[in-house]
Amino acid sequence: MFRARSIQSSLSIKDKILSIDYVLVISIFILGLVSILAMYSTDGGELKYHTSSHILRFFIFFGMFFIVSFIQIRFWHSQSYLIYILFFILLLGVKYFGLTSSGSKRWLDLYFMNLQPSELMKIGLILFLAKYYHRISIENINQIRYLFLPVVVLISPIILVATQPDLGTSLLIAAGGITVAWLAGVRVKFFAISGFAFLALLPIAISFLKPYQKSRILTFLNPERDPLGAGYQIIQSKIAIGSGGLFGKGFLQGSQSYLDYLPEKHTDFIFTLFSEEFGFFGSLFILLLYALIVWRIVKIGNVTRSNFGKLYCYSFATAFFIYVVVNMMMVLGLLPIVGSPLPIMSYGGSSMMAIMFGLGIAMSCKIYKDTPVN
Amino acid sequence: MLNPSSGNTVIKSKLIGRRMFLLTAAKAVVMVGIIGRLVSLQINERTKYKTLSDKNRFREWKLAPERGVIKDFFDKEIASNEQVYQVHLIPENSKDIEKLFVRLKTILNLTDKRLFYLKRVIAKQKPWEPIIVSDNITWSEFSRLNLFLHELEGVKPVVSVARMYPDNSSAHILGYVSQVSAKDLETKKYLKDLHVPGMSVGKTGLERKLDEKIIGKIGFQRYEVNAFGKRVKQIQINEGQAGESYKTTLDFEVQKYTNELLKDKAAAVCVMDVYNGDIISMVSSPTFEPNEFVHGLKKEYWNSLIKNKLRPLTNKTISGLYPPGSTIKTLVALSALENGIIKPLDTFRCKGKIELYGEKFHCWEKDGHGIVNLRKGIQRSCDVYFYEVARKLGVDRLSETAKKFGLGKKVLNGFIEEKAGVVPNTKWKKKFIGQNWYLGETLHSGIGQGYFQSTPLQLCLMTAQIANGGFQIKPRIIFDEKNNRLRDYIKYKNENPNDPLPTDLLLSNFELKPLFKNQEHINLIKDAMFSSSNEPGGTSYRHRWENKKFTFAGKTGSSQIKRFTEEQRAAEVKQESLPYKDRDHALFVAFAPYKDPQYAISVLVEHGGSGGKAAAPIAKKIIKKVLERHELRKKINSLLGEPV
Repeated sequence: MFRARSIQSSLSIKDKILSIDYVLVISIFILGLVSILAMYSTDGGELKYHTSSHILRFFIFFGMFFIVSFIQIRFWHSQSYLIYILFFILLLGVKYFGLTSSGSKRWLDLYFMNLQPSELMKIGLILFLAKYYHRISIENINQIRYLFLPVVVLISPIILVATQPDLGTSLLIAAGGITVAWLAGVRVKFFAISGFAFLALLPIAISFLKPYQKSRILTFLNPERDPLGAGYQIIQSKIAIGSGGLFGKGFLQGSQSYLDYLPEKHTDFIFTLFSEEFGFFGSLFILLLYALIVWRIVKIGNVTRSNFGKLYCYSFATAFFIYVVVNMMMVLGLLPIVGSPLPIMSYGGSSMMAIMFGLGIAMSCKIYKDTPVN
Repeated sequence: MLNPSSGNTVIKSKLIGRRMFLLTAAKAVVMVGIIGRLVSLQINERTKYKTLSDKNRFREWKLAPERGVIKDFFDKEIASNEQVYQVHLIPENSKDIEKLFVRLKTILNLTDKRLFYLKRVIAKQKPWEPIIVSDNITWSEFSRLNLFLHELEGVKPVVSVARMYPDNSSAHILGYVSQVSAKDLETKKYLKDLHVPGMSVGKTGLERKLDEKIIGKIGFQRYEVNAFGKRVKQIQINEGQAGESYKTTLDFEVQKYTNELLKDKAAAVCVMDVYNGDIISMVSSPTFEPNEFVHGLKKEYWNSLIKNKLRPLTNKTISGLYPPGSTIKTLVALSALENGIIKPLDTFRCKGKIELYGEKFHCWEKDGHGIVNLRKGIQRSCDVYFYEVARKLGVDRLSETAKKFGLGKKVLNGFIEEKAGVVPNTKWKKKFIGQNWYLGETLHSGIGQGYFQSTPLQLCLMTAQIANGGFQIKPRIIFDEKNNRLRDYIKYKNENPNDPLPTDLLLSNFELKPLFKNQEHINLIKDAMFSSSNEPGGTSYRHRWENKKFTFAGKTGSSQIKRFTEEQRAAEVKQESLPYKDRDHALFVAFAPYKDPQYAISVLVEHGGSGGKAAAPIAKKIIKKVLERHELRKKINSLLGEPV
């Protein structure tokens, strides 16, 4: 106890700044700049609403990232349950006071921004479970009674989000939670059992799906089923990416997005736009940038001493990776269109806020890597 | 407490590390998958997707080309173009098409039927393809439309050009244009890349024959469009190319004059230059109004055309088939002379009829012509004389001569409505009727009845080839400078104004092929035709011109529709008292001036009675008109004769 306290107190401001992972910071910053360029292109080469508010958000939340980074990891650990409960209350708030847009209720009106609590819940759930599995001893992990709480904590927000309805985000939240449980050492048996249960319940779940959700899945299986309707997005996205070729059509020259063939080009299809304008090499650059970020977070997990930090960093890195590849596979026609933003690149304040918050905690793990959390 | 806890912690972090390793491996696999997909889309299939992207971006609007004009010999436009006001509509630009139609209906006075038709067309085509609501509206409708344009989204007022015929006298030979039909697209290959909404194609006559060249090349405007089909900017424009214009050999003044003469008759007239085959006039009556076809034919007008017993839609000059009647006697006589069957002065006695194997063959002159030789036979058109000549000659030799002079085959190029007619002989009958030839049929053939079928144009060509001294010519209607080598001819004419052209000059300059063995025989026929028109007793003597300038030599003919019964013959029933449908067709062929033949003419009046009474007076007037305009025509031809 004493040693730990002494280590912590011995950290000067200079030490803290020196222990920041600069590769990670620079990667995030470069990605931010690229996302601003892409946003500028979606606005047709003019500094319009989307671009300027994206710039503002990026810098605000990049600042928030540093603030979160310098707060002790001990604090984040101790407040994990509270953070989860706070986000859960916000989700409940959406259910009763939420804003409805294009058929789904996802947002809370906070006057200065529309907050999407489901995005925050992606991080909240990881924090909660990381703390939970950090605390229980290894013998208890696979005891049924210790599995009860994680399942409740996992299922409740998922149901809330899925009924907004927002299938994509609820699946991504689940992915983060399941990753923590997996890393903590929950037996493969349990995953297998719940997997089978899920498959068994799938027909029932499908009957609860909205018609547009069903058609999205059918369309994924055969995009040419209805080329001007549900299949339109996938086909146009593939045309845009494919026509980019090796070197792309050039900055601001993406005819598919410029002429409005691309739907949702600010949000879910921002990678398509970038890929059309910068081609194969541009796409590869973005992909490697994301891989670099994921690798740096995993590296933080390797060096941080607390299991809370390890669980959090590994899980967050994996979740981050899943967000990226789900979005890319979606626009490449490898997954159904489920509506998931590309971290940092996509337009959207809540997503940016959640990702920066998550990155901030990971960075906090790096700065306070030798500090015990309890 | 610290120790077990820290031991626990170490085991736990090892477990976490192991499981993380598995996840990292999975991530690598997914990364490879995504890169593979990028390679496949952006490298392997990039050409395919680039094409698809361009297909998205560009959209073309085709522009209908302007049709070439058709002019007469004096460069007067006989099929020209006029400015028309049209209303186009692009369905996708209209927010509420039903409401728009209600507005348009009141502004343009559209019928419900038309609206129904338009809606059906819209349902069939792409929403960005324009349709033509009205293709010819008046100026006042057009200005009213422009006044309300701000509330008619999607409607486009268009000033375009369309076919216009200044006069309907040449309707048959020019033909008409109308909207492209499904059948046109199937049968005419050149229309494949040419189809534009609202484009007209030639359906008959010259308009059809020349269609491929006269129609022009299509233009297009290529636009970059956005996902909603809205034009963003024009990338490329190609105005297309107006169709080629054509000059014909027709004389518009003669056409109008002839058409006026034939008014209310079912009749046909052809006039031809005997040296180069230029068709000066070709009129079929009654005519129709070709302008009615350009902007969608009205049903009432169409019905009135097809119900009319005088068959106004048929071009009788080339698709009307008639027995040549007595006009063929010129060829019967020529064939007999050429084959050495008769001598000009050989005579037969005509008693009004002859009998052959119990069948009676009558002469039109009941009391007979007495002693008849070749000249008198043609002059009086004695049937008995030609029965005797034909009997000796035989139908096969006759058919050979008739074919040589252009009967029984198509003589113009590229007119689908042209008919070949029939020149019968023994082989023909065996092949097409399956029976042997009877001698009695030879006698009928000798006076141009029976199986003989010919068009007025063929008879005109036959006469022209006799008139020019027996040389083959090819009728033509498209003016052609290259084959008009008249320089020497005109030089000779200027030096020897009154002499006919020497044969060698004709041959060398016109590459003419003689149709005779002995030109003297041709001259005998021409002389006999002269006597028929200009000597007392001749069948068209009453309608001669005294003036040497207009003197013509002709041959009358009347082709029987229905055989006279013995009772009718006995009662001396006159043609005029027969029902219209049973009357003979009246025919007359001639060439003029007699001394220096320039033009040949054929006149047919359906059910007109006798050729001398019904057809010759018409020919007389037209011959004068044509010869009066001869100097004008010669001036143009002599200009062409000058060395280039």
